[in-house]
Amino acid sequence: MDARTVPIVPVAPQGAKDGAFEYLTTRKDELVGWARKFSLFPYPFVTACCAMEFMAVSASPYDTDRFGAALPRFSPRQADLLMVVGTVTHKQAPVLLKVYEQMCEPKWVMAFGVCASSGGFYQNYATLLGIDRVIPVDVYIPGCPPRPEMVIDGIMQLQDKIARAKHPILTKTF
Amino acid sequence: MSAATVLESLQQQIVPAAGAATLSHDSCLVFQLAPDELVRTVRRLKEEFGYDLFLDVTAVDWPADALRFEVVHHFASSRQPLRVRLKTRVAPADPSVDSLVKLYGSAAFMERECHDMYGIVFRGNHDLRPILLYEGFTGHPLRKDYPKTREQPLVPYRH
Repeated sequence: MDARTVPIVPVAPQGAKDGAFEYLTTRKDELVGWARKFSLFPYPFVTACCAMEFMAVSASPYDTDRFGAALPRFSPRQADLLMVVGTVTHKQAPVLLKVYEQMCEPKWVMAFGVCASSGGFYQNYATLLGIDRVIPVDVYIPGCPPRPEMVIDGIMQLQDKIARAKHPILTKTF
Repeated sequence: MSAATVLESLQQQIVPAAGAATLSHDSCLVFQLAPDELVRTVRRLKEEFGYDLFLDVTAVDWPADALRFEVVHHFASSRQPLRVRLKTRVAPADPSVDSLVKLYGSAAFMERECHDMYGIVFRGNHDLRPILLYEGFTGHPLRKDYPKTREQPLVPYRH
């Protein structure tokens, strides 16, 4: 078994009879990653028609709350997932960068739809051809607009990425 | 007044002074004007024919023509079921026409947009700052000679 996938095993101390957890063992990065991947607080940076799909995937039929990513924060200072939903123009790029810089670490970025990922079908004076030219992106969701299933898949891939990542919390290395 | 009546009176009174006119789609009278005639014609349309709504000003770029830019104004009336379109040609060396700000306040922003996109100068509109584009943008993106792939980013790219 891979060392990274050691299950969290409750250990009953010697002589315990009621079966209650006294303590459990795990790895720090796994524990922190497990906590963080289920408490994504998205900041929706919504600029265009993908917003309709964002609403659809947030609403009860698809329900991103199942992944702990339901509660949008409308201040970047309270958010850790920047969802860029829609076309970003050159005129908007400074605003996007400022929003990203205002978010506290740890933070992740999701490019929602082709326009945020690559500019989509736009190639003109106005459109920024992919937000990754301005800010780093963790997960790209293609589609114009993406199906809710694709968004959910994107969230799950991001959760895997978070679960597998290092989470330094005390020093830069631990 | 019915459309036919309006059409008749416009053709009798405006056409001789302004120039050629054609009827488009039975609902829009199209005038070809000299730039000097623009404000005078618009004032008559507004004051004598009740064209109280200024809809739009835009331009068309004909790169092969000597009078390269065609400035197009649209007007509607709350009283008459006939629209009016005015077309004026200007040369690229001095792409300017008179502003309609004194007749229609709403012209101020629309002329700014037309100036952004085509570089048409509206004499008498003293606020032609960028409205849809941003400060520092050079060129006029809807002109045919503006390269499709040219980017003018405000934020330095990461890669």
